[in-house]
Amino acid sequence: MAIEKILKDDASEEKGERARMASFVGAISITDLVKTTLGPKGMDKILQSTGRGNEVTVTNDGATILKSLHIDNPAAKVLIDISKVQDDEVGDGTTSVVVLAGELLREAEKLVAAKIHPMTIISGYRMAAECARNALLQRVVDNKENAEKFKSDLMKIAMTTLSSKILSQDKEHFAQLAVDAVMRLKGSTNLEAIQIIKKPGGSLMDSFLDEGFILDKKIGLGQPKRIENAKILVANTAMDTDKVKIYGARVRVDSMSKVAEIEGAEKEKMREKVKKILGHGINCFVNRQLIYNFPEELFADAGILAIEHADFDGIERLALVTGGEIASTFDNPESVKLGHCKLIEEIMIGEDKLIHFSGVEMGQACTIVLRGASHHVLDEAERSLHDALCVLSQTVNDTRVLLGGGWPEMVMAKEVDELARKTPGKKSHAIEAFSRALVAIPTIIADNAGLDSADLVAKLRAEHHKEGCNAGIDVISGSVGDMAELGISEAFKVKQAVLLSATEAAEMILRVDEIITCAPRKREDRM
Amino acid sequence: MALAFDEYGRPFIILKEQDQKTRLRGIDAQKANISAGKAVARILRTSLGPKGMDKILQSPDGDVTITNDGATILEQMDVDNQIAKLMVELSQSQDYEIGDGTTGVVVMAGALLEQAERLLERGIHPIRIAEGYEMASRIAVEHLEHISQKFDFGASNIEPLVQTCMTTLSSKIVNRCKRHLAEISVKAVLSVADLERKDVNLDMIKVEGKVGGKLEDTELIYGITVDKDMSHPQMPKQIEDAKIAILTCPFEPPKPKTKHKVDIDTVEKFQTLRLQEQKYFDDMVQKCKDVGATLVICQWGFDDEANHLLMHRNLPAVRWVGGVELELIAIATGGRIVPRFQELTPEKLGRAGLVREKSFGTTKDKMLYIEHCANSRAVTIFIRGGNKMMIEETKRSIHDALCVARNLIRNNSIVYGGGSAEISCSIAVEAAADKYPGVEQYAVRAFADALDSVPMALAENSGLQPIETLSAVKSQQIKENNPHYGIDCNDVGTNDMREQDVFETLIGKQQQILLATQVVKMILKIDDVISPSDY
Repeated sequence: MAIEKILKDDASEEKGERARMASFVGAISITDLVKTTLGPKGMDKILQSTGRGNEVTVTNDGATILKSLHIDNPAAKVLIDISKVQDDEVGDGTTSVVVLAGELLREAEKLVAAKIHPMTIISGYRMAAECARNALLQRVVDNKENAEKFKSDLMKIAMTTLSSKILSQDKEHFAQLAVDAVMRLKGSTNLEAIQIIKKPGGSLMDSFLDEGFILDKKIGLGQPKRIENAKILVANTAMDTDKVKIYGARVRVDSMSKVAEIEGAEKEKMREKVKKILGHGINCFVNRQLIYNFPEELFADAGILAIEHADFDGIERLALVTGGEIASTFDNPESVKLGHCKLIEEIMIGEDKLIHFSGVEMGQACTIVLRGASHHVLDEAERSLHDALCVLSQTVNDTRVLLGGGWPEMVMAKEVDELARKTPGKKSHAIEAFSRALVAIPTIIADNAGLDSADLVAKLRAEHHKEGCNAGIDVISGSVGDMAELGISEAFKVKQAVLLSATEAAEMILRVDEIITCAPRKREDRM
Repeated sequence: MALAFDEYGRPFIILKEQDQKTRLRGIDAQKANISAGKAVARILRTSLGPKGMDKILQSPDGDVTITNDGATILEQMDVDNQIAKLMVELSQSQDYEIGDGTTGVVVMAGALLEQAERLLERGIHPIRIAEGYEMASRIAVEHLEHISQKFDFGASNIEPLVQTCMTTLSSKIVNRCKRHLAEISVKAVLSVADLERKDVNLDMIKVEGKVGGKLEDTELIYGITVDKDMSHPQMPKQIEDAKIAILTCPFEPPKPKTKHKVDIDTVEKFQTLRLQEQKYFDDMVQKCKDVGATLVICQWGFDDEANHLLMHRNLPAVRWVGGVELELIAIATGGRIVPRFQELTPEKLGRAGLVREKSFGTTKDKMLYIEHCANSRAVTIFIRGGNKMMIEETKRSIHDALCVARNLIRNNSIVYGGGSAEISCSIAVEAAADKYPGVEQYAVRAFADALDSVPMALAENSGLQPIETLSAVKSQQIKENNPHYGIDCNDVGTNDMREQDVFETLIGKQQQILLATQVVKMILKIDDVISPSDY
């Protein structure tokens, strides 16, 4: 008798070898997709969205590429997920993590073909990952004590991160921007305090870091354009018709004169509110919500700068920067903390007018103004800068630093190889495979730069057999170079996260021996 | 479709729309059902044991779940066949009742069905098979009781509990740090357990996960975490000795439920209403302040003005806290949930030693930790991991471990794992079979064979020769009369499960056998399947 159908109509089931193959193929093809973006000479991708307007994104950022893909293969989804997590957690290394996981799976595929059980491969991978991590731990440099050196470390890390992005032409400039911005945070990882404003026009070199705060808003008509020693009240309150909030209240009148009276009362109320606000002794008022013409006029009369419609982030940041509190009621002027800054003025960037707050109380916040030829360039520049800022802020917390340019991979590969030689049993094949996967990363970097990868990697391996070697791939000159001299560094935290998440993801995919896909949810047909 | 004809050759119509239905009856129906049940068991068979494989399940919306947990696999499998649905329910009821062994129970049922099929082919009536199974299951359960051991643990000696939880966790993807997770689970269960009444309320343990970090960063928090932040960005991020007002009323003007209108027709009315409104906000905040609260947790939102007033009076507040979390906070802090501002009194405030806000990673995710609560019984297990699927799987694994720990506190009898209990039962049932006169004898013997299939699957998944290994272990058990020999899945070198410290709970095992037998009996008793044919 034929076996009864168990699953629903459109559901499918793949078992054993086939399932494993499906997940390997999915994962490896994703890897191949992002592989070419790895390293300083990596290429960019154009992504066209299917949404309205077919918006185009040009990027080199692994997480952004993968986020925009529509994937059906479950194993590929796992890889996309780890890249996303890497982005959220450390901000950089989003491509490396996917490439490493993919390479691990590619090696695993060969082992499975050689009849080694996935569980054996997993236990080998685990041992190898642990060993690789220890190898890195032994070689980290920690310059926490030495502020000068630490700053140069940060600078190097920023340059390394940026060198693979569109900003690589001006990487020194941007690295300086990023390091300055992060140093201002003084150890907090709150990147909200760094505001990035994008203004098309000019060239990337014209981008600058502003120590104050720039609000992308215009100053109300007829109000002072420049205020010194500003006292700022940051507010979140309705400055339109201040509705009566009690539920069910409504105005019901029986004659025109009454309408006028109530309108008068409303106006009176607003005037009173403005008066109360003025009572704080301020000369600048920033509101999150709309400010209607009438109160704006009142403010202008009193010679106060009123800024409306600052969005929520802007308000929070402004409050943070100027040290004031966000107020919504104005009855106790003496106890509301006002914000201060030395100078408020309207400045022009390109053709837009912006409001610039300088000489602010808390030195934490700053604004980076990005200039560039087009929106695409600016978007990509922002993403690159974001990566650099994330990495730097994480490095400030965890000050351990490694060399870059394929150096950590080679160090790990060497240790892992040694472990493989010592380990008896089938596991040693898996450990060896792990080391091959690690070496694949410098190979890809070299390949992307159009260099002879086989030759370079072999040279590199030979170099690494000397004690305390700093050799890595110097993509610019196309040879093996001393990474310490070239100043190519990476954060330990990023490398560790790449190693651990990639191993975890590879393990997860390896453990699978069956894929059950449910029938896609039926869409209601329109019409 | 079998039809009855009258003397003129016209068919009798018995069922409504008879010719549109397919019907299977008699031995065909049983065989079809058995093959469906076996197919489900076959899917789960490879997930059994410490070397079991995982499954990828893709939901109708394209979400991916990767799991090893029997109940979860079956639940998400989108099964259509009726008998297969019975198997799914079987696994779920094991999940609800015991929490662990959800794969084992299905594999067991599948093996019983397979044996039943053979007996059916020999012409044994299904009811007789069912009865034989029933007798055999009784023998097996009694035998389990007989070989079980009590073991002692206390608040200070948690080692045995940790060992048992480790057995459960070793079959999951988290086995890399099973020791760490097992300790967390045991501590969590012990801190909420009522050892005198031997009861554990698992509701008091909240399992939260956040993507990022590594599995080793998973921690046990003696308190509660809430995925929320302070309502105003400038409120203090840390409060010591917090007195918490737990409110279910919004900081907003009242909305009476009866329909009403307030007509404003004069300027005076407009003004009084305005004053009233201001006073209302002021009163609300003042009331909270008056009773001495230093933190307000509210189920609803705040008006901007109220928010500022709270901030102004230095009263930190959290808004939009979900109902379940609110209840947990109330239990943990010993506070009362207050539905009206008028009813706030100092006694109704909850207390916590430390409330702090913590941020993660590069995104602005923040969580609120409420620790050192007045009633320290509520705990939270906070899971970190590389990706979302990992966290979901860890949650399921921790749930299993928690259930196991709870079962041990309820009943501290254990049996040894690694298939040793099944092998021992199989020997006992086999021996008892000969005492039964009649056809049932065959069914009882078949039951013993079915019991062997669990250790067989274990050996198979671990890459051992299943038949060789099983027979070796079985003869060893009989020869040395020691029920602790099992399958050496981890290649440790000994197959004495007592030395390997692999235990399972007695009730879990008993339940597995009883549930599997029940379902198989039910399936065997069906002799007619009428289903609408495809349209």
